[in-house]
Formats: sequence, structure tokens, C-alpha cells
Amino acid sequence: MYTAEFTYHRAKSLSEALQMLQQNPEAKLLAGGHSLIPAMKLRLATPPALIDISRVPELKGIRREGNTLVIGAATTYYEIETSDLIRQTIPALPEAIEQIGDPMVRNKGTIGGSLAHADPAADLPAVVLALDARLKIQGPSGAKVVDVDSFFQGMFTTAVGQDEILTEIHIPLSSASPSAHAPTQAVRMAYEKFPHPASRYAVAGVAVVIGVSGVRAAFTGAGEHAMRLSKLEQALSGKPLDPQTVEAACQNLVDPAQLMGDHNHSAEYRAHLIDVLAKRALLRLV
Amino acid sequence: MADVTKMVGKAIKRREDPKLIQGRGTFLDDIKLPGMLHAAVVRSPYAHARIKRIDVSRALAYPGVVAVFTGEDMMDINPMPAAWQAGGVKSNAVTPRALAVGKVTHVGDGVALVVAEDRYTARDAVDLVEVEYEPLPAVVDARKATEPGAPLLHEVAPNNICMEWECGSKEKADAAIAGAEVVVKEEIINQRLIPTPMETRGCVARYDVATGEFTLWMTSQAPHVHRLLLTAFVFGIPETKLRCIAPNVGGGFGQKIFCYADYAFTMWAARKLGRPVKYVEDRSENYKASTHGRDHVTEVEIAGTRDGKVTGLRVKTWANLGGYFSTIAGGIPTTLYGRITTGVYKIPAAHVKVWGVYTNTAMVDAYRGAGRPEASYLIERMMDRFAAEIGMDPAEVRRRNFIQPQDFPYDNGLGMLPYDSGNYEPALNKALQMVDYENFRKEQAEARKQGRYLGLGISSYVEICGVAPSAWIGAVGQGWGAGLFESANVRVHLTGKVVVTTGSLPHGQGVETTFAQIVADELGVPYEDVTIEWGDTLAAPFGYGTYGSRSLAVGGTAVHKSVQKIKEKAKIIAAHMLEAAPEDMVFENGKAYVKGSPDKAKTLAEVALQASLAYSLPSGVEPFLDETTYYDPPNCTFPFGTHIAIVEVDTDTGKVDLKRYVAVDDVGNIINPLIVEGQLHGGIAQGVAQALYEHGYYDEDGELRSSNLLEYAVPTAAMLPRYELGHTVTPSPVNPMGVKGAGEAGTIASAQAVMNAVIDALSPFGIKHLQMPATPEKVWRAIQNSRQMGQAAD
Repeated sequence: MYTAEFTYHRAKSLSEALQMLQQNPEAKLLAGGHSLIPAMKLRLATPPALIDISRVPELKGIRREGNTLVIGAATTYYEIETSDLIRQTIPALPEAIEQIGDPMVRNKGTIGGSLAHADPAADLPAVVLALDARLKIQGPSGAKVVDVDSFFQGMFTTAVGQDEILTEIHIPLSSASPSAHAPTQAVRMAYEKFPHPASRYAVAGVAVVIGVSGVRAAFTGAGEHAMRLSKLEQALSGKPLDPQTVEAACQNLVDPAQLMGDHNHSAEYRAHLIDVLAKRALLRLV
Repeated sequence: MADVTKMVGKAIKRREDPKLIQGRGTFLDDIKLPGMLHAAVVRSPYAHARIKRIDVSRALAYPGVVAVFTGEDMMDINPMPAAWQAGGVKSNAVTPRALAVGKVTHVGDGVALVVAEDRYTARDAVDLVEVEYEPLPAVVDARKATEPGAPLLHEVAPNNICMEWECGSKEKADAAIAGAEVVVKEEIINQRLIPTPMETRGCVARYDVATGEFTLWMTSQAPHVHRLLLTAFVFGIPETKLRCIAPNVGGGFGQKIFCYADYAFTMWAARKLGRPVKYVEDRSENYKASTHGRDHVTEVEIAGTRDGKVTGLRVKTWANLGGYFSTIAGGIPTTLYGRITTGVYKIPAAHVKVWGVYTNTAMVDAYRGAGRPEASYLIERMMDRFAAEIGMDPAEVRRRNFIQPQDFPYDNGLGMLPYDSGNYEPALNKALQMVDYENFRKEQAEARKQGRYLGLGISSYVEICGVAPSAWIGAVGQGWGAGLFESANVRVHLTGKVVVTTGSLPHGQGVETTFAQIVADELGVPYEDVTIEWGDTLAAPFGYGTYGSRSLAVGGTAVHKSVQKIKEKAKIIAAHMLEAAPEDMVFENGKAYVKGSPDKAKTLAEVALQASLAYSLPSGVEPFLDETTYYDPPNCTFPFGTHIAIVEVDTDTGKVDLKRYVAVDDVGNIINPLIVEGQLHGGIAQGVAQALYEHGYYDEDGELRSSNLLEYAVPTAAMLPRYELGHTVTPSPVNPMGVKGAGEAGTIASAQAVMNAVIDALSPFGIKHLQMPATPEKVWRAIQNSRQMGQAAD
């Protein structure tokens, strides 16, 4: 309830934020704060400084650049949920976001905050993995764009270095194809989640995207970080996507030995949930 | 008869709410005194350990820290009192000291106290206190703790048994079970719950060096009781040297009844340092160091005939008390549990044996319902087990065993007071009608064919409210060691405004509204003219406080009786004013007049003015309208009803969806239907939570794994159904208003309704019982096991 002492810095621009990071090498970036502040109150995190990037203009906004959707890292869940552009292009993304936390969390929490924090039970890491996103990261010596498959590196660990800031999330819209679900050119995605009854984090969550070149799928909530469901992707590769094929493919997708468990939700149960959720997500799309 | 009912029975909104929901209440943490210091506690990370050494030097040197104390420093005050001491019961009560001395018995046990200029500094310095522990093996399960070789918590309590208690007839129960046509045996675990009031506990202590008087602001359900216990037992000072004040209290559910170490150490530190000291626990501390509820392990046998008559019940319960004995811990699994385990049924032979057991966990004491939910869950789960065993409809089995209307007052043979009044079958029938029982069974059968698993669960309950007649509860056999009357002072000021001061301590029950409704009607004054005050031992007459659904039936009756006295006095003064004989007077609708002459009446305001000016009063009559009552009820009240839950189980994930919840409650006469509904809604939510979500879970090493609200699943509105409420009304003969109480009924009735529904849904899989909470994985595993054993219905 009572954080350790820290200093607070509010950045007005991206370059100022990067500068502040250089000056405070042990600082934590503050955006929505809904993961960081509780951790600080429990003294699980005791950063000596916070750099508030929630008002940095370069990190805000949603736009389309050709066949890519670009979301600023400090864009709130609420802004994504209510964006017409996103509703048209990835209608399932607002649906996934509606399952995060509660309205207060969604009013403050940001997409970049969730991804950079890389909580193993957060929803969006699975979603961006399935969407084949790329992440733009700004450092003192310039920007880099990393593939989502190399972004999540461990529990609460990503490709973002201590002196770097995640600035943009790029989602390719090239995979978009018309479907009954979304008749216009929209990405065919579904996210199925089994929430923890207390925290509302995912006990398990599965995101699937059906693109022109096949199925991309990922799970969250059960491993050290969100991961691709490669076994599922392979099983469906080149096959017609009908309920029978889906049913047959969604079996033992993940080895429980790779998963985490606790007294309420064992690794074995989470592995089972991943099968069930993958099936449910796919059946919504086929 | 003129119309006298104006406010009673009306569903008016609670007058306390505008302030509270706008955040304008004054809660404990809102209290700030000049020069106030802040305390924080160094708590044990071990479930069981010897304290080898405590080094406070680094903490003491931290800027802003004023003092650091350990248990050894506070040996001049006594341990907390044990208020429950039943005669003839082996009782090895070990209560907590202000801070642990020598050893700790649960995670979160207080070891040292840091007092600093602000709360953040105090918290920082907690990490600087170095404590060397010698960890000892721990035990968290009450039954296992009594087995040979289990780690021993307290030398005085061999096998960790604090107390052994029994009720009913062992011979009769043994004989009934030995000779029965059908016996069903089950192990029933009533899991540990954490009360989770929205406001955590805390206190501010001030010591006046000049007078030697303490003032203690506290999150309390019973400030008078706390004053008594802290002065007479802990500090050994005159009761008059402590004033206890409970400001707005943000929920309690029982957790704020008890006498905690923090009251003692803040008072002690305030006296030592000569400055006020505040202590407010954070949520994790509330979870680790304040009391929990339930936590029973029970072996039960129910006996009966193939045509559905229950003939015997035999119960053995290991009640977990935690690392120490909390204030009234012993009374919960005994008086309020054992004595009502036969529920709404006439069971001719029953015996209940209870062991109260120490384990390396937080203390367990009363939590909403306190003993009665455990009893009700036990008998209602077993009635369903019995019904399934003989292949009879669970509603029919209940009907065949109900205590009948002509049986009241009913003695259940377990040492409980006679049930005051009841008529159980109409409540059951009404609930069945509300769910359309027969249609549901058809729908259920149809759904099963499609692989959907619906279930319906019935819970017919009786509970104990309005605790309690002092001559009974205070008697040696019950062990509560005190009466449980309640007080009320009613004054009519010279402007005609009415002020009621009650010994009750409302903290969410709506007492401010209901008491004013009663007084407004009885005195015939506008509801707005009635003010209800409480919470300060300096201002309120001695009272026992609010718990056990006693505020209305006991506290409200005390108000009612004081009002009658006011009316009597008003008649005497009005008679004098009208030059009439007092015996010819009537008081009605706020006016006193000579019988038959209502046009020449004196209003209460006129009488109050006369009584206050006092220059013309009848001889021998004291000035002012001011009457106090200490009301000791002749009996408890026994609300009852039937709740029905309908669930659907997702067999892929094991998730239980609570689809409908119907509750028919008989709480006697109703003063405010809106408040009764609110109490039922909240109560049902807590019972549903026990059935499906909440579990205060310790691992085998004694680590509390559900130590915060990210893990401990208090349900949100989205996880609960719409409640469909109905009532029957059987007035209580115990008190003049015919009221029974409604504070705990919802919690007492609901967990088993949901669990019976879950088991009903799973019956095609051959599943007969699951322990609470019915979490998705537990349900899924039960289905998996059944499928592997070839019992699957699908």
C-alpha cells in the first residue's frame, strides 16, 4: 500500500523521455500505471524514478499507413476500443480489449504498456503475436523495428532495452480477407479468454488470425510469456478450415510441462483450456 | 383505529447513503490528530518459528522513526481476553499478545512495531528491523493438526486441541445409525473464507497525560465491549479511563467484533510516547492478520428410511481456530453451529462433536452467519445426498421431514433455545413455484440429451437471529460469559425533535433508517425529525453492538420500548395540561388526548416543550422526555426460508454459470423492504462466493496463497445473477414488533443452494459430492475422473 520513495518526471516529448531515461538508468516508464503502481504498492517494484510518458504526443494515436495499421504505444485501451478505423480493419481487436480488466483499467491502460510489461497473463501479447505485429522501439541512437516473434523474451522481459522506449505497434492488414464475420476487408481474428475470477487476467487466452497464407495462433496466461501455437498452425496448414478439422487439430496443443500452474489452475488444466479456447476461437471464424 | 402505519413497511431509501456514496463519511483513516504518529508492524514471514533475536537498531536510526518496540517491551499489559469460556469444556485458550513473544504461530503474526512521523517512513523502517527466526514445521489443516506427530503450537494444548465440545445424544445417534435402513456418510469441508470488509481495520489511540485517559477511535462493531475488554482485561485500568469511538465503519461481516492486538499496541505506544498513534492495516495485513471465517472439516453420517424419513445424524467437526484463540472463537463452532445442525427438520437422534484446533494460520472467528452457514450447508448437502441415495425428489424429502407449524415453539434436542415460530413448507412451495420446478425438470432432461448440464439446488434453512437472552447465552454451558441485551435512549427535545442513542453499531445494516421509521410511527412525528446516534461510549448507554443479526430484534426493540415509556410520560404531562386524569389518556398519531376527545389534544411537541420548560409539571414528574431501556430478549428469533439456485456447467472447462437465483425468506415482519432486499442481496453474494469463488488458501508450509484481491476472488456484480426474491411472513412472538432479522439469512442459505445445483447438474456423471469452492478445474477434474471410470452420461 505504501510505495518506496521515488522521483517523478513527466516527459513532454519522446526525445525528452529518452533523455530522462539516460539520466535515470534505473527508472521505470509510467504510462497507464495499472500494472506498475500495484507492484510498487506491494513493494515488488521499487524504482527510484518514474518517467511519465502518457502525454508524449509521438506515442499517441491510431492511423493507417498503406497496408499497415499503426498504433502509438501510449494509446489507451479505451481509444482502441472506440476507434472507427480499428473497428473497420480488425473488428475483433476491440472485442479482445473489452475483456481486459474493467472500465477504469481500460481508460488508463495502454497497449504499449501492456506489451512492454509482458505480464505472462496479459491479453494483448497473444493478440499481437497472432496479428504478426512489428514493434518499433526508439533508443538513444535511433529506432529499430522488431518482429513480434522475437519481442517477448521471458517473464516480464522483452526486446525493449533499459534505455529504449516502445513507440509504435505496426499491424499488417495484408492478411485481411473478406468473411461472413466481417464482410469488408477486415482481419479475421478471434480472441478467447478464460479469466481469473479475481484478477480478470487470463488463466489462459488464445488468439487466432486466419490470413491469406494460413492460420496464426498464440496463447497467453499459462507460459512464461505469450507464445505461438505452432502445433496448431502446422496442423491446420493447407487444410480446409471446417469444424471437423478444427476439432481434430485442437488436441494437446501445448505440453503442460512447459506451463505454469497454481493451486487454482494447474498446468495440466491450463493446457486443456488452451485446446478448448483455440477450438472456440477458430469455430467463431470458420 | 386510526392509521398508524406511515413509515414502517415502506421501502424508503437509506438516509445514510447520500453521505457514504459521495465519499463524505468519516472513516477511521480520515481521523487526523495534531502530533499524530503512524505505526507499522513487522510481520512474520514464517507460519511457525521461534524468534531468536530482534535487532531494531537500523530501523531506529532511520530518519523520521520515533520508536521501535517488540513484544518484550509490552509485557506490562495482558494478552487479549478470551470471552468464550464454557463450563465443562476442556479449553486451552491461548490468546495473542500485543506483539508475539518468543515465537510466531502464523504468517503475518506481529513481531515488532515501528512508530514514525508518517506512514511511508514507518513502512520503510519495517524492512530495516532484523528478525532472526528458527523456522519450525507447520500444520494448517485442523484434523491433521490433532494427529500424532503434528507440529505443536502451544505447550498447554496437547495435540493442538484447544477445546472439545459436544451436544445432542451420542447413544441415540449411534443407535439410530446402527439400526438404519439407509446411512449416507460424507466428508464435508467448509473452506476458510476471508471476510474482506471494504474498509480494512485500524485505530487511532490518544493518551491524555494530565488525566490518564485514553481515547481510541476504532473500526469497531462493538465499542462498549472493546472498552470493557481493553481496560478490565488487557490494561488493568478502570473502564472509565478509556473512551471508545467508532466513526463510520466500512463493513465488518464479523471481523470488527473482536479484540485485536493493534488496539492494545497503539494504546500502549500512545501512552509511552505521549503522542497519538494511528495504525491502519493494508489489505495484505487484513488478509494475513485479521480474523478469517468457517474452516471446518466434518465427518457426517445421516440415517433414514427408504420412504424418506431422516432418523439420525452424527457429526464430527474439526474447527480450525488458527494460531491463537480469537475473542469469541469458541462460541462459533459450538453454540451457533452444533446446536442447529438439524436445521428445519425433525430428526429424533442427533449428536455433534466438535474439536477446536490450533493451526499455523490466521485466527478464525465469526464471519457473516458464524456457525449457521456451516450447519446449514452440512444438513442441506446431506439431505440431498440422502434423497439421491433413496431415489427421491429432494423437495419431497425436505417436505417429509420439516418441523410442522404446530410444533412451535420447537426444541431440537441439541440445547438450542426453542425455535420461536415457523412454517417451512409454504416457503419451499413458493420458491418451487417461482422457479417452475416441474418445467425445469423437463427442461433439464431435454438439455441433457443435447449435452448441456443444468442443475437445480434447494436449500431450506433456519437460522438464529436476535442473539440473545442473557440468561441463556451467558450461562455456563454456552460460555459467552456475558449477557447480550441492547440499550436505547430516546429523548424528545424541547423543539419536538427526537434523538435516539443506540448501543447498536450500524456499519451497513441501515439501522439509521429503520430505527427512525419505527420511532416516527410510534411517536407520530415526521421521519425527518428523528435522529439516530451511536458509536461513542461517552454518549451512548452500554450496549453490545451489532452482529448476529441482532440490531433490529434486540436493539430495535429497545428503541421501541423506550418510545413506549416516552408515550406513557407524555400522557401524564398532557393530562396535567388538559386537567384530565392520566388513566383516561390515549397517545395516538403524535397526540395525547382524553379518550373520546381527540379534538382537544396536545401534540408531542407541545408536551415536550412543557416537559423541558418544566415550570408546570404534575407533582413527582421529572422534567424532560428522556427514557432509556436495556432490553434483554426472552428468546432468539429463527428466520427461515428456501433458496433455489439453477446452474449450467460447461463440461469443456468445468465453469459453473449461475443462471437463476430464487430466494423466499421469512424474516418476520419487515420494517423496510428495500433494506431487507439489500441485506439479502449482499448475503447471497457472499454465499455464492463461497460456493464458487472464495477460498482462503494456505499451502502446506502455512503460506497464505490467496493473500490479496488478485488471488482471492470476491465476486463482482458481473459474476452474480439477478436475484428473484419472495417472502412469507411469520411474525416472531419474541418481540413486540414481530421482527426476526435479515442480516445473515442470505449468506446462511445460499452456498448449499448453489452446491446442490452443481451436484445435480453433474449427477449424470455419477458425481455425488464436491468440496467448495466448485472451481472450474475441480469440476472439470471430477468430470474427467468420471469419464475415465466409464460413468459418463455423454
